[in-house]
Amino acid sequence: MAPNPQLDDTGKLRHLLTIEGLDAALIHSILDTAESFVGVNEREVKKVPLLRGKAIFNLFFEPSTRTRTTFEIAAKRLSADVVNLNIGASSQSKGETLLDTVDNLAAMGADMFIVRHAESGAAHFIARHVAPHIRVINAGDGRHAHPTQGLLDVFTIRRYKKDFTRLSIAIVGDIMHSRVARSEIHALTALGVPDLRVVGPRTLLPKGVEELGVRVYHDMEEGIADVDVVMMLRLQNERMRGPLLPSAGEYFKHYGLTPAKLRRAKPDAIVMHPGPMNRGVEIDSAVADGRQAVILPQVTYGIAVRMAVMSLLAGGGSA
Amino acid sequence: MSASTGLPDAEALIRRLAEAIADHLTDRTALVGIHTGGAWVAQKLNALLGPEIPLGTLDIAFYRDDFSRMGLHPQVRPSHIDFPVEGAHIILVDDVLYTGRTVRAAMNELFDFGRPAAIELAVLIDRGGRELPIAPQYVGAVIPLPPHQHIQLDRDSQGRLSLSLLDKRH
Repeated sequence: MAPNPQLDDTGKLRHLLTIEGLDAALIHSILDTAESFVGVNEREVKKVPLLRGKAIFNLFFEPSTRTRTTFEIAAKRLSADVVNLNIGASSQSKGETLLDTVDNLAAMGADMFIVRHAESGAAHFIARHVAPHIRVINAGDGRHAHPTQGLLDVFTIRRYKKDFTRLSIAIVGDIMHSRVARSEIHALTALGVPDLRVVGPRTLLPKGVEELGVRVYHDMEEGIADVDVVMMLRLQNERMRGPLLPSAGEYFKHYGLTPAKLRRAKPDAIVMHPGPMNRGVEIDSAVADGRQAVILPQVTYGIAVRMAVMSLLAGGGSA
Repeated sequence: MSASTGLPDAEALIRRLAEAIADHLTDRTALVGIHTGGAWVAQKLNALLGPEIPLGTLDIAFYRDDFSRMGLHPQVRPSHIDFPVEGAHIILVDDVLYTGRTVRAAMNELFDFGRPAAIELAVLIDRGGRELPIAPQYVGAVIPLPPHQHIQLDRDSQGRLSLSLLDKRH
C-alpha cells in the first residue's frame, strides 16, 4: 500500500487531505498553533509576515462562499498572495483536464492549492501529482472529507469544553452524504471522546457507521439526551426532494433542533452547525440565534485554524 | 560567579538590570518579554521595578526570518500585549542577545500592535555575534562566545533562574 501521502518520512504534515490517520498529538499541535492565531485576529493589525511571497491558489470546482472566503482571509492574514479560481466557470467547461489546470497554475509559481471538488479523492489525486514543494489542502471532496471543517469544529469544542475525554457528543442529520460528519467523527474519536453518537433517519445513516466508533440513534430526543455538544449537519436541498425523505416539514418534526428537543441535552450544551443553515429544516431559529449556539464563533475560529494549517504546511522548505 | 559553571548568577544580573532601568522609567513605560527566557526575566524585572508597570509577552514565531527554512516553531504561544502600545515607552526584554534577529522580529511584531514612542532593549547576557545593527541599552553581563557555544537560561520548580553553557560540538 502507498504510504499516507499527507505525511512526509518524519511524520510531519505535508498536505492536509483527511483527518483519518492523524493522531491526537498532531491534532492538538494544530489546535495549539491555531490558538496563537486567534490572538493575531484580535489585534489592531490582523496580519503576520509568515507566508510573504507565497502564492496560494483557491481551486474551487464546486461553489462555496464561507469556506473559500475564510481560506482567502486566512491566507491574506499570513501575507500570502491569493488567487481565487472558480473552475466550473472556466477551463473545465473548455475541456481542460484537472491535471492540466494544476500544471498551468504550478507553472505560474503556485506554492499551495486549496482544493474543493465534487469528486471524492480529487485533492489526493492532485497531491500525488504536484512537485514536492507544492502543498495541497483538501477543502472538501465529494462525500469523503472536509478536514479543516473537522479541525475548526474540534477547536471550537476544545475552547468551550476543554477536555475531550469527558464529553458526550451527538452529530445529527444526514451522515450519509456528509464529508463534514466523516471528518468530525475521525477527529473526535482520535481525540478520545468516550461517547460519540450519530443521530438521523435510517435512510441518511450509512451502513456500518458503528465501525467508526459511534453509537447510532434514530430517535433524536434519545440521541441528544445529556450530551455536552450537539453538532447539526446541513440537510442538502437535493435530499429534501429525493426519495430518502418524505418532506422538509416531516424532517423538521423528527430531527429539527428545537428549544424543546435541546432541553434534553445538558443545560450548558453547545450547539454547532457548519453552515449554511436551513432554518426551519434542521434547526429552529430560536436555537440558531439562542445563547447555546456557537455557530458564529465556529466561523471566526475557522480563520485561525486555517492559518495554522497553512503555516504548518508551508514552513520548513521543500521536502 | 558560580564555581561550577563559571557563569554569573542570573538573579543577581536581573537585580543589576533593574537598578539600571529604574532611573529611566516614565509614566508610559511598559516591559515586554520575548518567549520564553525573556518573558521570565521581564516578569522578575516587573516585580522589582513595580507591578504597576504594564507587562507583556511576545512569541515571535510568526515573525521569524528563518520560517521558510525551519518551519513553524512547534510550541508557538500566543503573544499577550494588554496595554496600548501606541505612544508607549517599551523596554523589550530578552535573556541572551546574539545575532539580533529575534529582536528585529520582536520589533516588527510590536508595531502590529501600534506605534510606540520608543523601544529600548534590555538583555541578561550579550554574547556578541551580531548580524544586524542592534544594540542593547541595558545589559546584565557581556560574555563573548564562539558560535558553537550557547548560554541557556533555565527556571527551576521554585521559579529561580540560572544560566548554563551548552557546547554544540558535543
